[in-house]
Amino acid sequence: MSHQQPRPAVDNLEIAAGNGLLHRRAFLTSGAALAAAITGFTLSDTAEAQQLTDAPWSTKPGIPIPEYATPSSFEKHVVRTLTNPRGEPRTQHARTPHHLLNGTFTPNGLHFVISHSGAPDIDPAQHVLVIHGLVKRPLEFTLDALGRYPMTSRMTFVECGGNSAALFSNEPVQASAQAIHGLVSCAEWTGVMLSTLLQEAGIDPKAKWLIAEGADSLALSRSVPISKALDDAMVALYQNGERLMPGNGYPMRLLLPGWEGNMNVKWLRRIKLVDQPGMSYYEARTYAPILPNGKAYQFYFLQEVKSFITHPSPGLKMNGPGFYEVSGVAYSATGRIAKVMVTADGGKTWAEAALQEPVLSKAFTRFRLPWKWEGGPAVLQSRAWDEAGNVQPTRAEVIARRGQTKTPVTNPAAFPSQHYNGPTSWAIDRTGEVKHVYA
Amino acid sequence: MSTRRRGVHASVVLAALFVFMFAFVSAQDLGKAISEADVAVWDISILPDGTGLPPGSGTPEQGSKIFAAKCAVCHGENGKGASAAALVGGEPLTSGIETAKTVANFWPYSTTIFDFTRRAMPWPRPRTLTNEEVYALTAFILAQNKIIGADAVMNAQTLPKVRMPNRDGFIPRFPERIP
Repeated sequence: MSHQQPRPAVDNLEIAAGNGLLHRRAFLTSGAALAAAITGFTLSDTAEAQQLTDAPWSTKPGIPIPEYATPSSFEKHVVRTLTNPRGEPRTQHARTPHHLLNGTFTPNGLHFVISHSGAPDIDPAQHVLVIHGLVKRPLEFTLDALGRYPMTSRMTFVECGGNSAALFSNEPVQASAQAIHGLVSCAEWTGVMLSTLLQEAGIDPKAKWLIAEGADSLALSRSVPISKALDDAMVALYQNGERLMPGNGYPMRLLLPGWEGNMNVKWLRRIKLVDQPGMSYYEARTYAPILPNGKAYQFYFLQEVKSFITHPSPGLKMNGPGFYEVSGVAYSATGRIAKVMVTADGGKTWAEAALQEPVLSKAFTRFRLPWKWEGGPAVLQSRAWDEAGNVQPTRAEVIARRGQTKTPVTNPAAFPSQHYNGPTSWAIDRTGEVKHVYA
Repeated sequence: MSTRRRGVHASVVLAALFVFMFAFVSAQDLGKAISEADVAVWDISILPDGTGLPPGSGTPEQGSKIFAAKCAVCHGENGKGASAAALVGGEPLTSGIETAKTVANFWPYSTTIFDFTRRAMPWPRPRTLTNEEVYALTAFILAQNKIIGADAVMNAQTLPKVRMPNRDGFIPRFPERIP
């Protein structure tokens, strides 16, 4: 059908919801031609093409290929944002630029990092992992020894418990998807299942928890139920195929798929099996969010089902009415994403987005939906469902249970609370500017 | 006959499989035995019931001098706060979800103060404090918050018995996942 036309008959595509959202089947039925028409946020689909000439780079040999590649010089703006670039004695955050990426893997150099005292410069030849406490035989593992075990690769997201916390502000903070949601990333991690190592050490039946500890200057420690350790925990050695980045725990980290980022202890050097949680600083204090009644949640563990739209989002100006692809990421600690719904009219009507295969448990799922923006005001929002039946709550539902700030949050990097998994709304005005709103 | 023979055959295969599995598991035995004594320097975890607390003791008065010398540069005079968080006082938690969490209004266990101070402080030189110094600083912080008396001695027996004001202020988010 579409191959007979220079452009797809966009006006004939099936409308799925108000304000121009098209049916996700449009991708399938119109194929490549439609995909080519939906090129993104900088090209107008109405401009006349000019006569082509050779560009300067096409008329001479190119530059030598380096040993370790870095992105094009034209991509220098695609970087993490830093809260503490000089390493002052406080926490550092490096946020993933979600609005400038696509797909589901986060490149290693752009994976988010939170470090409470900087990344230690660990010599892998001298680093060891010790497993001790309530075990039959305390054991020490070198990196070389771990490299000889059967390995597992799995794709999983890691998310800071404080990601998206700016949405607890009583008024919408004006910030990008990077600033608001940049403390979640997704990678393929490869390593040794922790259950393999624990079984070799021999678990004493009295052991109920383990305390994992890093080799960083804080010796950051968190308590993890043994049940999670035996379920799907991994001692990760590789990140997207190469050794872990220093900020992500080189040479080894604990990986607890779907669980609070801080518990995925980096620079892992010690695991102690115990009969009670350690009540370490980060579990007893930091990642225990205060509730409106003055109580606080303890052991939040899970990064619950969540989604947010990355395209369009603040910083990506719309370039005239016409076709765009609305897309974003969805993920859940409790399994695969089952469904993502998208609205363009602030929640009045909804259309089901297409989910990019493969849809993996506890990993980013990219959702996509074709949209014909008519040029008028629009409010985009996504909501996700997972296979366990968990639903991303509305912001009103989150706030009813968790409260919000009394005064507006002005710094999007602040943490007025943790574990926000409600939706994010992006408003588009007639000029094509995208702003954060509550809807 | 043939059924029985198949049954015998299956059990032989199963037995062979078990032998193979056991051989395979033991082949992965790559961890090196280490004694708890050799882990001791790294084993700095203190549990809420006091497990792991080392010998030694300290008082608020001793802690006051150490604090002035080693901690006040970041945490302010007597822990009133400066570039690093205040260690004294705190608003009621009903003041709002963004209320600053302090030893007085939030921390459920006194042992966390000892554990975190010993493993992470002072920021530029962690794990340089002696156990006596950590007991004294813990005593000083608790006394500044009027959680213990000015004369109280903190040691492995007394510290875990200190009942923190917000001890019962917590709700497990996923109780079914707590062992």
